[in-house]
Formats: sequence, C-alpha cells, structure tokens
Amino acid sequence: MLDVLLTPVALLGRATLSVCRSTGQLTLFLIEGLSHLLRPPFYVRLFWQSFVEFAYFSLPVVALTAVFTGMVLALQASTGLSRFNAESAIANLVVLSMTRELGPVLTAVMVAGRVGAAMAAQIGTMRVTDQIDALTTLSTNPMKYLVTPRLLAGAIAVPLLVVVADILGVFGGYLVAILKLGFSSQVYLKNTYDFMTRLDVVSGLVKAVVFGVLISLLGCYNGYRSKGGAEGVGAATTSAVVASCVLIFFFDYILTEAFFTR
Amino acid sequence: MSPPVAAKPTPKIRVSNLCKAFGDKKVLDGVDLDIMPGTSMVVIGGSGSGKSVLLKCILGLIEPDSGVIEIDGVDVLRASSAEADAIRSSIGMLFQNGALFDSLPVWENVAFGLLAQRKISRKDARGKAPEFLTPVGLAASVGELFPAELSGGMQKRVGLARAVAAKPDMLFFDEPTTGLDPIMGAVIDGLIVDCVQSLGSTALAITHDMASAARIGTNAAMLYQGKIVWEGAADQLLHSGNELVDQFTHGRREGPIQMELRK
Ligand SMILES: Nc1ncnc2c1ncn2[C@@H]1O[C@H](COP(=O)(O)OP(=O)(O)OP(=O)(O)O)[C@@H](O)[C@H]1O
Ligand SMILES: [Mg+2]
Repeated sequence: MLDVLLTPVALLGRATLSVCRSTGQLTLFLIEGLSHLLRPPFYVRLFWQSFVEFAYFSLPVVALTAVFTGMVLALQASTGLSRFNAESAIANLVVLSMTRELGPVLTAVMVAGRVGAAMAAQIGTMRVTDQIDALTTLSTNPMKYLVTPRLLAGAIAVPLLVVVADILGVFGGYLVAILKLGFSSQVYLKNTYDFMTRLDVVSGLVKAVVFGVLISLLGCYNGYRSKGGAEGVGAATTSAVVASCVLIFFFDYILTEAFFTR
Repeated sequence: MSPPVAAKPTPKIRVSNLCKAFGDKKVLDGVDLDIMPGTSMVVIGGSGSGKSVLLKCILGLIEPDSGVIEIDGVDVLRASSAEADAIRSSIGMLFQNGALFDSLPVWENVAFGLLAQRKISRKDARGKAPEFLTPVGLAASVGELFPAELSGGMQKRVGLARAVAAKPDMLFFDEPTTGLDPIMGAVIDGLIVDCVQSLGSTALAITHDMASAARIGTNAAMLYQGKIVWEGAADQLLHSGNELVDQFTHGRREGPIQMELRK
C-alpha cells in the first residue's frame, strides 16, 4: 500500500538526481571542450569541415523552412488581423516573429535534426570501434580533435544560418503579402524596415550562438559516451536530437526572459 | 614464478597488483607482470578474461581501481597527466579490430601519429605513405583508399603500419592475427617480429593462437580469473607443466578451466 504511494516519489527523486547528474556532466564536458579553444594545436581543417557541414549543407532545409514559415505567418496574420482592421501590421508581425523567435528556433531545430544527429552517430561509431582510444594512443587529445572544432563551428554557423532564415522568412511574408493580399511592395518593405529593431535581430543572433553550441555539445556528448555497438550509437543519436531540441526551447525561454522583460 | 634476482634491470613495464572491476564483476584481480626491455611478452587467456582491459589500463584508456603501473620506472597512475601522456606517447598500439579512422584515407591513418607529433607535413605524409605500407605488404595505391574499402586482413596490416610508423619504444598488439588466414597470420607475425627487432622495441601481445604466440613471444604469461597464473618462456607454452596452461594451449574440454557462463 505504502509502496504505491512511494513509487512515484522515488521515481521523481531518481529523475531529479539523474537530471542534476547529467547537467553537471554536460557542463564539465562543455568546459573541457571550450578550454581547448585557446591551447594549440588548432585543428583548422576539422573546424572548416564541420562548419561546411553545419552551414553549407543545411542551407537548403533552413531556407525552405524559413520561406514557408514567413508565408504562413503572413497568411495567418492577415486572417487574424483583418478582424481588427489591422492588416497593416502584417509586415510588423512577420519581421518581429521571424527575427526574435522563429528564425533562430526553427533553424536550430532543423540543424539539430540534421547535423546534431550525424555528429552523435559519427562520434558514437568512433567510440564503439575504439577509434577514440586510438586517437589517444596517437598523441591526439580526442576532446580537442573531435569536440572543440564542432563547438566552434556550431557557434559560428548557426547565427549565419539564422541571418539567412530571417531574410528568407521576411521574403516569404512579402511574397504572400504582395501576390495574395494585394499589398504594395513599397509599403510592405517600408513597414518591415520601420518595425525592425536592432534588439530583435541581436537577441535572435545571441540565441543562435547558444543554440549552435547546444547542438554540437549534445551531439558530441552523446556520441562520446555511447557504448554497446550499433544499438548504443542509435540510442546516442536519438537522445542527441531529443535533448538538444528540448534544451533549445528551454534556453529560448530563458534568453527571451533575459532580453525582453525588464 | 621465480623470486626476483638482486641485480635485475628495471623492467620496461611493471604491473603490480592491478585490479579493475566493472560493476560487481572483477575483471582484473591483482595482476602482476614484468616486461623486460627488448623482450616480447605474449599474454594468453580465455575470451573475456580481461586481456584487452589489461592493455587498456597500461595505455591509460581505462582507469584501474587499484594497483601500480610503472613504465620506465615511472608510476604512470600517480604521475602528472602531462608526464604520463609523454610516456604513453611512446607506445604504439594495434587494436583488436584495427580501429582505423574511417573518415580518413589510409595514408592519413598511417601517418596520423607523425602528423600529430608534427614530425612530417601533410604534403610529405602522402608521398611517404608507401614507405610505411610496403613493409606490411600493401601496394602504394592502397594509400588512397578508405578503410571501408579494405578487407579485414588489409585493415589489420594498415593498423600495424600505423602502430609502428612513429617508431615507438613499446608496441602493444591486441590479437594481431585473429580473423586472418593462416598464411596471412604468419606474415603478420613475421612483420611484428621484424618491427620489434628493427626498432629494438619492447612488445606486449595478446593472442589466442599458439603458433602465433610461439613466433612472436620471447616470454609468455597466462591470465585466468583476473590473475596471472603462469609465466615463463614462450617456447615452454606447450609443455609448461601447469594444468591451466596445458588445457588452454591444447584446447582440451576437460580440465580445471570450465566453460563459465559470462555475466
Ligand atoms: N567498458 C567496459 N564496461 C563494462 N565491462 C567491460 C568493459 N570492457 C570490458 N568489459 C568486460 O570485461 C571483461 C573482459 O573484457 P576484455 O575485452 O578484456 O576481454 P578479452 O580477454 O580481451 O577477451 P577477447 O579475447 O574475447 O578479446 C568482459 O567480460 C567484458 O564484458
Ligand atoms: Mg580482447
């Protein structure tokens, strides 16, 4: 009888402990990864490879997502705002939502699914086939070789992608506004320009840096600690994507709170 | 085991009372092993007896629970990590499954240690690859392939080329001939002996293959239930007089070693 009551409590306790433990381990992993940024040797080629993987190969998905999101925003805004005869605010709403929220968050989620998963799978495979141990025996620090370049690539590439996503999202909204809702091109662009604030864009880019680091961090961390063959690598990949998505939304809230509530 | 003679030189590698458990499973339970400079030690033992774990402990890839590991007289478990790294960087290792970097072409795999130690440039490394590949019987053209394009035996040979490329002072081999045909096995053994002799290195090899053990080793030891149960000259393996070794080397089903269900 008491068991039935205590089991949920025990579960909750255990879950809390495991969250605390993972947070601590992740933080230590991040600190170790970042600490190699300043100490040679620097693996410029590896940074470049993973930067290209992040930025260049993610462009198509990110671009398509952003255009459609901008289009949907304009369309939804027009149906919603027409009730208040406030259609003129469409441009305002599109640019504000894209730069503050949707540009960074959608980009990060797409990139987490694409790059974070691949990262966890690659590093996980290296772990279970002893390649990470082999690095150590060949005078190479695996954290420096595998993790640091990816953290840096994430922190630089994701903001660049977000700039593209912001522009294309606004462009998507513009398309719908001009072609479907009958706005004049000049008025729409002027509204967009007038309503765009530096804080919106900057906050979005700061979010992007954090999200980029999170994606690399979780991809590397889960891959690095995977064990038990192909199954373990699969599990690492899944948890890399799930955890980075959850943390992206979590930090999105924290950062929004930090930037916009005073 | 004979008691130590007074004026013995310091062993290249000395392992004493090494213990390592995973969970409640004791894998190493007080291993003592001395390897003298310039000798080749072969460790035999059943599958799952902890041979790979022993090697990884010496390499610093697994942290043992207790015990002492001395390399060239330095206690690597208690030395500063920079010092331990420096000592361990003079160990070349051939992993059980090759552990080639599958994102890098063969030439870069082979030259990896030299590149990491800045002993050659990338441009030279590519040109020099045949120099490392020919001794292990691989054509220069193999240098441009990726590990996934090689057969298992070729991967082993590339792994061997990579392990010896930086001319290490100590060489570790984890089952160098498992999964190879007998002729290729003999060829690899020959390569190992050549490498060890030409480099003057100290070697530690793990094997299940008695023919291979006899070819590679000058000394041999058997690991059983977490301890070294026998140590002697490699050519004594087949007539050691030790029941455990006898059963193992002759592959008999009856004897003191019973097939255990592995947890
Ligand atoms: N990282 C690890 N975590 C948990 N258990 C491990 C780990 N590595 C090894 N073991 C366990 O330690 C035991 C010894 O493993 P080890 O790989 O050393 O065997 P081995 O003697 O090399 O066998 P084989 O000849 O089959 O390669 C095994 O039972 C294995 O399950
Ligand atoms: Mg093994």
